[in-house]
Amino acid sequence: MVIAARLGRGIRAVLVWAILIALAIIVVYPLAWMVMNALKTNAELFGDPFSLPSSPIWENFATAWRQGVGDFVGTSVSLTVLATLLTELISAWAAYALTRINIPLNRTMTVLVLAGLMLAPTVALIPLVKMFQSLGLYDSFAGLLVLYTAFRIPFTVFLMRAYMLDLPREVDEAASLDGASRAATFWRIILPMSMPIIATTIVLNVLQNWNEYLFAMIFTSGSGVQTLPVGLSDLMSKNGTQYPVVFAGMVIAAVPMVVLFFACQRYFVRGLAGGVGK
Amino acid sequence: MTALQAPTELRPTSLEEVGRGPAHVSRRRGPVKPGARASASASGLIWLLPALAVLAVFVYWPLIQNILFSFLKWNIYSGEQTFVGGDNYVALAEDPIFWKALGNNVWYAVISVVFQVFGALVLAAIVESVRRERWRKALRAIYFIPSAISLTVAGLLFYFVYQPQTGLLNVFFDNLGLGQLSQAWLGHESTAIFAIIAMSQWQGFGYSVLLFSVALQRIPQELYEAAQIDGIGPVRRFFDVSLPLVREMTGLMMIVTISGAFQVFNEVMVMTSGGPNNSSQVLGTWLYHAGFVTNDFGSAAAIGVAIFVITLLLAAAQLAYSRKKRVEW
Repeated sequence: MVIAARLGRGIRAVLVWAILIALAIIVVYPLAWMVMNALKTNAELFGDPFSLPSSPIWENFATAWRQGVGDFVGTSVSLTVLATLLTELISAWAAYALTRINIPLNRTMTVLVLAGLMLAPTVALIPLVKMFQSLGLYDSFAGLLVLYTAFRIPFTVFLMRAYMLDLPREVDEAASLDGASRAATFWRIILPMSMPIIATTIVLNVLQNWNEYLFAMIFTSGSGVQTLPVGLSDLMSKNGTQYPVVFAGMVIAAVPMVVLFFACQRYFVRGLAGGVGK
Repeated sequence: MTALQAPTELRPTSLEEVGRGPAHVSRRRGPVKPGARASASASGLIWLLPALAVLAVFVYWPLIQNILFSFLKWNIYSGEQTFVGGDNYVALAEDPIFWKALGNNVWYAVISVVFQVFGALVLAAIVESVRRERWRKALRAIYFIPSAISLTVAGLLFYFVYQPQTGLLNVFFDNLGLGQLSQAWLGHESTAIFAIIAMSQWQGFGYSVLLFSVALQRIPQELYEAAQIDGIGPVRRFFDVSLPLVREMTGLMMIVTISGAFQVFNEVMVMTSGGPNNSSQVLGTWLYHAGFVTNDFGSAAAIGVAIFVITLLLAAAQLAYSRKKRVEW
């Protein structure tokens, strides 16, 4: 009996590990394949897909960089950084007003900000294109910056508000007894105390902005302001034959976010868990 | 349920009033009654103003405009607009590709719920049953990697994985002697959308596993120990202990996943642009096609309203769900 139970448990453990490892391989192998393809010649790429590159061609990365990826990275980095900063600032102010100041119509205001969470960006697409064309924001860096910022505010406020609600009341009261103005209370007390949630939302916003495709694709037409995701898909259709260069571009696009995830896993987990309601 | 009334409260007039700022709102002063809240501070609205202004102009106003647009017909050459009532909606209802696209979104939702909600929950339970903390962490992290890379990169990558001759998948089947399974996954009308959906499961399941792991970790260890003492095996433990306690998370994940499935755009655009022969269109790409390929803004706006209504209903469901009493432990 005991032996049978042990045996059963052993088989179960083997089965569990077989599933877990098989899935890990299914996840990792295509990614490894992507990196390998970035180091192959075009001929090798269309040979046996399971083969390793005979001698890794690091040059592919330089070629990709020269053929536009460098520019795309420049646009994506500045767009990601600026949009994230703007979103954080505007959202932190809003969350501060909604949680720490006794503003009139607080409930209505909260609903007004958070209702944006329910809207799919596609729904606003056609009027936004018209509006941006008439404002001269179409195909401009500023246009994308505004869109990225606006559509991330509801989610960011949602997370920040939940966090700031939990900060003790006494903090503000002590500050105002000390004669601190509202601005001073925000910058010197509430903002520093909210650093954990700010870190979380920065990580999530950077990930979203770096990977965004819908707006970047529809609101740009030239290569001047193309972001990495859009530039890559263009590179593929333009560059017809040199696929390893496209793969090199894909690796360049993917690596920063994978590194970010491993470096900030803790913040990711907290933010994601908060994002679905808990 | 107040959030559901949001669209009516979002009329630009009321927003402009808000936008006009503190100067126009009288400051209520006076003695604070004992126990009553301190008087509202209108000047505090300044802090909220940037967020409200940006949202009003770039999110809510376009949304309202989109609804108006759906009742108009554009002349592509003169740019002239005429009111056509519900014509765009009638045309949409008679458009077989619209229904095809909607059907593909439904497939997307159903398959994603199976793999990214229930599959991910079971997998998270298995991962959490691993003894060593280090291994649990490593597995969660590995599964999450595809969610960190963009859908665009994942889509381009799988475009090559699905290549008929030299793609990873077909060569893999050939090597296993299953060559008859090989085909142009993205090139056939019957398989294109499912190939895209499969990619999306690969890309997204690790995200759900991570979330469910967090939820499962919140369950106190004593409950499992009690179950173990009672001689309850791992499978029953999952159904009797874990499942009821993460029911809330499961429900929310389901709604979030379904809502996401109706907003799909990226991967379809990158992998097939809706082809071949419109077989892999989804609502998002069909809206894009109407708006920017055939320049029929009225139709595109009507598709936008359809997406809006679907996601709004799902948001209502989510709201109702998260208001329900939570399982306490």
